[in-house]
Amino acid sequence: MDYFLELFFGGLTRGSIYALIALGYTMVYGIIELINFAHGEIYMIGAFSALIAASVLTMLGLNQIAILVIASVVAVIYSSAYGFTVEKIAYKPLRHAPRLSPLISAIGMSIFLQNYVLLAQTSDFLPFPALIPEFAFMEPYSHIISSAEVVILMTTAFVMVLLTLLIKFTKIGKAMRATAQDRDMAMLVGVNVNRVISVTFIIGSSLAAIGGVLIASHIGMINFYIGFIAGIKAFTAAVLGGIGSIPGAVLGAFVLGWTESFATGYVSSDYEDVFAFTLLVFILIFRPAGILGRSTTQKV
Amino acid sequence: MKKLLAGRLLVAAVLGMFALFAAAGPAAAQETVKFGVAGAHSGDLASYGISGLRGVEQAVKEINAKGGVLGKQIQIVPEDDECKPEKATNAASKLVSEKVPLVIGHICSGATKSAMGIYKEAKILAMSPSATNPDLTQSGDYPNFFRTIASDDAQAKMEVDFALNTMKFTKIAVLHDKGDYGKGLAEFAKKFTEASGKAKVVLYEGITPGAVDYSAVIQKIKKSDAEAVIYGGYHPEAAKLVMGMRKKKMETVFISDDGVKDDTFIKVAKEYAEGVYATGPKDTSQNPMTVAAVEAHKAEYKSDPGAFYLNAYAATLALANAINKAGSTEYDALTKTLRAEFVETPIGKISFDERGDAIGVGFSVYQVQKGVYVELK
Repeated sequence: MDYFLELFFGGLTRGSIYALIALGYTMVYGIIELINFAHGEIYMIGAFSALIAASVLTMLGLNQIAILVIASVVAVIYSSAYGFTVEKIAYKPLRHAPRLSPLISAIGMSIFLQNYVLLAQTSDFLPFPALIPEFAFMEPYSHIISSAEVVILMTTAFVMVLLTLLIKFTKIGKAMRATAQDRDMAMLVGVNVNRVISVTFIIGSSLAAIGGVLIASHIGMINFYIGFIAGIKAFTAAVLGGIGSIPGAVLGAFVLGWTESFATGYVSSDYEDVFAFTLLVFILIFRPAGILGRSTTQKV
Repeated sequence: MKKLLAGRLLVAAVLGMFALFAAAGPAAAQETVKFGVAGAHSGDLASYGISGLRGVEQAVKEINAKGGVLGKQIQIVPEDDECKPEKATNAASKLVSEKVPLVIGHICSGATKSAMGIYKEAKILAMSPSATNPDLTQSGDYPNFFRTIASDDAQAKMEVDFALNTMKFTKIAVLHDKGDYGKGLAEFAKKFTEASGKAKVVLYEGITPGAVDYSAVIQKIKKSDAEAVIYGGYHPEAAKLVMGMRKKKMETVFISDDGVKDDTFIKVAKEYAEGVYATGPKDTSQNPMTVAAVEAHKAEYKSDPGAFYLNAYAATLALANAINKAGSTEYDALTKTLRAEFVETPIGKISFDERGDAIGVGFSVYQVQKGVYVELK
């Protein structure tokens, strides 16, 4: 039973990370129907800026919790700025171009950001300090679920509730839903579509940055390439859950995390990805729009 | 009539040339001992072959300066095979017709394999400074083959020996990164562990390089109750595995290869790296013979020696020593002496085992102690 629980929570943690990144994919897709391939790189930049902030703060001698919070804030601001700029530079000029053009632009942005970090930082792996403290009260359960994993799960849950409230009950949330339904119509009734799109990119990038800080602190190492694989997996999760749907992205991420964890635990890690993608194919055969995806126009 | 005369002249000329060669052949043989040197001296992999050739040249220079072998000077007979098996057979045939008693080479494993049959029939001994394919010595097909480099499976053997004999573990988990290098090593480690009968492989699995985390695999290691993990692969995944294990309070011993014996591993895993074992090439850079050999290369070519320079240098010294000790260049005497005598070379004090692998060459076990890899004696 312990073994099952360990795998369950391991998969849940992994799923939470995928979810934080997948939300960015799904929100952007919901609003402008663009697959933002540079999103994984935003996650990586979040981890890097947190590392730099944490190194500086450690030298100043702050305590662990303060470092975690400040480093996360720095990462969120930095990543949001990158997300915002990427949209302005690479996607906005192509808003009325054929759909393939922004897609290629996104791939180009992804390659550019990877190489930019490679040149500005290093190609080596860098150690990332364990920012999440070990709680004493978690000690008896630490073999099943570690403090870091608890923090990751709680943060993900908290962020998700916040995001749902934002979209359901605020003015900008309403504007986002309107833009997702029909961009031209929203524009006609006075919604500032460009601003809505910018806000979407900023929110998506912030979530990715939080994911970057949490997973880097949990794993303990980063390099310029981590965004690529995490991005691919998160994108898979978004498709699995139904791209464009927010609860779908979260559910898809958990399903993917569990599939990987249990496939490794009970079968073999040689086939981890085989199981994950077989599941994806099966779900898409029976539900082409994903688990929670709807073929109607409502996407956010 | 005129035609006939021209024909006769031609025949005479050809015969004359044969006579010339025939006269030159034995005359040279009386004064020198020929060392065939085969390998890629041109083509894509020329740098490997040339590093070997230079090693032989410098060693021969040193030996000849001291009076050569059996009172004769050594003469080098180079043959190019471009590391291609089909050219290697040609090169081998040429060396056989040159009547060399031994060959230093070939360089690439594939080329070496295709040439060995020809040498075997001609009773010529071959010693490679660089061919690492395990089959060359383990299959038993090439009794005339020797080498001064450790074979591909030597690291796996070292790791398994260490785990089973030094540490006395009985339950081993073998992991790899699904790559050529890592998986190859892991397969050997599994084979050796099972063949020893002393321990069981309780887990054998490939992990996905670059995955977000390895928590599921780590739980599996824990469940398997393995006392040690033998990992084949490179340091980024090893660091993730070791950190994950230590954070889950697992004390499982971690043993890996020279892909992990890298300072980046310690830099990334920091305090979690303490106590990790890794095999790596023996450190011989402080050996005075090594220093002298490297200096000789620098003086001659104004550059640092290439990959197999020292191995070829050592092979030449070992062969010259065996000829002197055996008192002849005859095949049986030579192979027997090579297996019996130890000789000081730039890669350490070496001899050869029954299969032709060098004893005393190869790998050491290192352990991370206080943030640095320390060689365990």
